[in-house]
Amino acid sequence: MQKNNGFMSWVDQRLPVSSFIKNHLTHYYAPKNFNFLYFFGALAIVLFVLQILTGIFLTMHYKPDALHAFASVEYIMRDVSFGWVIRYMHSTGASLFFVVIYMHMFRALIYGSYKQPRELLWIFGVLIFLLLMAEAFFGYLLPWGQMSYWGAQVIVNLFATVPFIGPDLAEWVRGDYLVSDATLNRFFAFHVIALPLALAGLIFLHLAALHSVGSNNPDGIEIKENKDKKTGIPLDGIPFHPYYTVKDLIGLTVFLIVFASIIFFMPEVGGYFLEHNNFVPADPLVTPAHIAPVWYFTPFYSILRAVPPILNSQFPGVAAMGAAVLILFLVPWLDKSKVKSIRYKGSLYKKWIIAFVISFLVLGYLGTVPSNIWGQMPNFIPLLGGLDWATFIARIFTVIYFAFFILMPWYSKKDKTKPVPKRVTYK
Amino acid sequence: MSKKDKGFDKDRRKFLLTATALTGGLGVAAAGIPFVSSMTPSEKAKAAGASVEVDTSKIKKGELITTEWRGQPVWVLNRTDEMIQSLPKLDKNLADPDLKVTSQQPKYCQNATRSIKSDMLVVVGICTHLGCSPSAKIEPKGDMGDDWSGGFFCPCHGSKFDLAGRVYKGSPAPTNLVVPPHKYIDENTILIGEDSKDEA
Repeated sequence: MQKNNGFMSWVDQRLPVSSFIKNHLTHYYAPKNFNFLYFFGALAIVLFVLQILTGIFLTMHYKPDALHAFASVEYIMRDVSFGWVIRYMHSTGASLFFVVIYMHMFRALIYGSYKQPRELLWIFGVLIFLLLMAEAFFGYLLPWGQMSYWGAQVIVNLFATVPFIGPDLAEWVRGDYLVSDATLNRFFAFHVIALPLALAGLIFLHLAALHSVGSNNPDGIEIKENKDKKTGIPLDGIPFHPYYTVKDLIGLTVFLIVFASIIFFMPEVGGYFLEHNNFVPADPLVTPAHIAPVWYFTPFYSILRAVPPILNSQFPGVAAMGAAVLILFLVPWLDKSKVKSIRYKGSLYKKWIIAFVISFLVLGYLGTVPSNIWGQMPNFIPLLGGLDWATFIARIFTVIYFAFFILMPWYSKKDKTKPVPKRVTYK
Repeated sequence: MSKKDKGFDKDRRKFLLTATALTGGLGVAAAGIPFVSSMTPSEKAKAAGASVEVDTSKIKKGELITTEWRGQPVWVLNRTDEMIQSLPKLDKNLADPDLKVTSQQPKYCQNATRSIKSDMLVVVGICTHLGCSPSAKIEPKGDMGDDWSGGFFCPCHGSKFDLAGRVYKGSPAPTNLVVPPHKYIDENTILIGEDSKDEA
């Protein structure tokens, strides 16, 4: 940038620092009509860095050993100076990571940010979501509490339902005939090095793809199509730095207020962020009466429970749960709408997205409670008599969840769209 | 195409490329074997999975003891004559009364009581659904309702098993409880985890 600066020009000849800053910050143009939903991408990055940082300090005191793991976590909580803050930052960070990611995905869904030319950007995002779920699952075993243990036992046994190779596969994942020290040790390896490394790589690709195609916006208009003829700068674009760096700082401030409030005043969030049963050391011989995953997995867990065993096999439920996540990969090709943003889509799409959000929330709630919570259907109802009400409701919403995606080619085509303006709108 | 490209044999180049890629690929796959197999149960885990002895003379009629084999609970239940007689009556309520899924018990336990000696049931106390440990509800009736004729109940997802570890119809668990390999080394001592080849 400054040719006279001796040091920077020396560096720039060897590493393109200045041009990188220019291309990706000061002269990277983002649409000027971003709303609050656009905070969550930046927040996700902050959380990723925070999880790595707190994680590094936790590994200094944690022992990945079935005999010592539970006690070492208690040691961090009680004896390590400020250990409790670091651990609560890590556990709260994990839950809020999912809040942020779900908002980020919802944003992409309603503004059509997955549509051409952003399909790869979306695919990298879904991959990040998948790895994040694996990362959270591996991490949850580490405190070696009852919920850690039996949660891992149930999830690893999902692999055992795969036809033919299942039992061997589950044994290979565990490294033992049951969840044991060997399992804890390898989950630790996955949690602290393998997956964070893979995540960092994917986040890089996600950002590289983003900066190649540019951000979408609430109007779903390509700002690159309206450039200033002289400068070549998009007319609806503003430099990412300082405009959006400053705006994101405001979002970050609000986020940190929420984050700190949880850490200091309600770190367990009533058993949703840290489950009560996990304060009991793991016991391979006693299963707790009610096993539920942490809240961010419950929509998918509900789908697993909703599907009845077919031909004496649990596999269809497992397959449905997997499909509920994997179907996200197909969204760019399922949406046949002419417009990107919900602002210019018709009422049909709006009804479907509302139904989808409701089904996601209801399934999420049902996954946290036992399936007999609402009692059983009376016997006089044909076919369904005796079935748990909650299971019945979960089945209905599972169907809606999948219908949102499977019927998308049909309703997105049929939907009456509104004309899209040439330039972005903002107040 | 430039002049330099003239005269090179495309087929030969393609063959060499494929051959190199395949050889290299095989090498990478072979190098993967140690890593993949390092994740299977170690010798130590297998040794911990070695056999466990149980003295059955100390188990009273109708009593259940829990021992540990490969870190899993293994139940040894000394069934009374009434218990044994009640087993065939349940057949119509069971998912697999005839033990068609043969992987759930060794050949020598492929019988009506799923045991070597008809009174002594040896079974792994892990639900075949998703691996929780069922609770013993050996006594008939009680909190399991008046139809209950004794067995096991899994608290996780409500699977029910009879006193031979056979699963009831309508349970989430797909198969009967597993009978581990075991043998009698003398009149009253069971060795869990090993079976004699002649018996099998």
